[in-house]
Amino acid sequence: MSETDAIPEFKGRAGAGGDVGITNMSALTSGPGIKSVREVLAILLVAVIIIGGTELLLNIFQVPQYVLPKPSEIAVALVTEFPLIAPHLGHTLVELFAGFAIGATVGLILAGVITQFPFAEKIVTPYILLLVTTPMLALVPLLILRFGFGYEPRIIAVALAAGPMVMINAATGFRRVDAGKIALARSYGASTFQIFWKVRAPMALPMIFVGLMVGSIFGLLTAVGAEMVGGGFGLGNRLTSYSSMIQMPQFFAVVLILSILGILIYVTFFLLGKKFASWEA
Amino acid sequence: MTGENTDQPKLRVKNATKVYQTRSGDLLAIDRCSVDIRAGEIVSIVGPSGCGKTTLLWSMSGLHGLTAGEVLLGGKPVTGPNPEIGMVFQEANLLPWRNLDANINFPFEIKGTRPDRVWIDELLNRVGLEGFGGRFPRELSGGMQQRAALVRALSYKPSVLLMDEPFGALDAFTREEMNRLVEEIWLDTPTTIVLITHSIEEAIFLSDRIVVLSSRPGRVANIYDVNFPRPRSLEIMSTKEVFDLTNAIKREIVGKQQSRFAQPAAVQPAAE
Repeated sequence: MSETDAIPEFKGRAGAGGDVGITNMSALTSGPGIKSVREVLAILLVAVIIIGGTELLLNIFQVPQYVLPKPSEIAVALVTEFPLIAPHLGHTLVELFAGFAIGATVGLILAGVITQFPFAEKIVTPYILLLVTTPMLALVPLLILRFGFGYEPRIIAVALAAGPMVMINAATGFRRVDAGKIALARSYGASTFQIFWKVRAPMALPMIFVGLMVGSIFGLLTAVGAEMVGGGFGLGNRLTSYSSMIQMPQFFAVVLILSILGILIYVTFFLLGKKFASWEA
Repeated sequence: MTGENTDQPKLRVKNATKVYQTRSGDLLAIDRCSVDIRAGEIVSIVGPSGCGKTTLLWSMSGLHGLTAGEVLLGGKPVTGPNPEIGMVFQEANLLPWRNLDANINFPFEIKGTRPDRVWIDELLNRVGLEGFGGRFPRELSGGMQQRAALVRALSYKPSVLLMDEPFGALDAFTREEMNRLVEEIWLDTPTTIVLITHSIEEAIFLSDRIVVLSSRPGRVANIYDVNFPRPRSLEIMSTKEVFDLTNAIKREIVGKQQSRFAQPAAVQPAAE
């Protein structure tokens, strides 16, 4: 082993260990926290002004509904149409969860394995980057040709969109070698496996959460996009359907549901990250 | 000098040589270093920055192999991590996602053994960390973290404790307090300690012997005996003997650097 030993170095003495955390890792996860009732009130006030102002302006200028529906009409559509939209929301969630579960699992396993073999990692990384940057939506028509108009092409597209995102972030996490902590485990005689589970994995956790968050949001985009390409169900299908029928209030109601879904996903992972990986923040 | 005199040294470093392979070619870090460390002794290793002190210590611990030469613990070669050896690293090196109790349990989890709670509680008591088991490292001061690291290293009763610049990141007062603590625990337990330090004062306060390494490649330049009575007090540190010894060691370290950088003899730079 003597030939490949690294010079014992302790990087970043002052900062102590990493400086990467769930709250400072990327623009997605960082942001000023809301602290007081006043701030909450101010945020609500802005919403009231924007929504109320839009309502008012659309009324004043007599903007036709097919150009831009009034917020009140959207709210009404959301309530009255929801029973019809709900099953489609269910379909989208099934695609999202199934695809994300498959993609994230494969991505995590690949990241864990690949980072153990630096040479393999070097070879694979450009291809993963290719998967990350290629919009998986482009493959949907092809997938539909092969798998039909059911769940399968959408789930595959979601998995392909989310998996590489999860993998590339998790791999960054696993690669964060803290020589001191690994040496510590080794000084107790830890095996490679033990080092992975007891040092590398916990150290990678903040980055894994970032990957899961970004991956799930990419998954949502891809699911909706795939639904718009073909097949008779799903929120994306509702969007194309409502817009072709010029039912704008219903259309915007679906958009609203999608925004809420995205925010829920973001908040979920943010809270999970805070709970399980906040030790660095 | 404390320590039982047995014929065989506890830890014997024989012609330790280590070459690192780097992008810019081979790097000779330490060259034919030989030190015998007797059981129950405290030996410090001092030397200029980058002289291979840590490399030497890591070789003793079995974390690193040697390119040539060998390390013998109780007569048996050290080829890998050894349960008889405890390590204290630069900075406290606590795992930030574990609380204090879980950090101290870490060695036992890896080894698959049961921690001796009575002993650990006694150690925690001695270092003044009782009742802090649920705290996370970020909630502790630097001194507390380093004391926790000391407890972790002593928790499984190693016979040799290797300390890699353990108190370098602490302020002067905390550092003196830690030095007293180490001496106190050492006086009560049959532990052999090898300590790397940048502070000659710390080395003199704690050690029975001080090994001075030359700048890269690290070679054993000199070994000083430190024969002050124990337990040592801070008053000893202001005596003429300590002053002279400090200066002699400084000159030894600085002198090597001067020859390397060809500085004018009139300039007397302070040692690190």
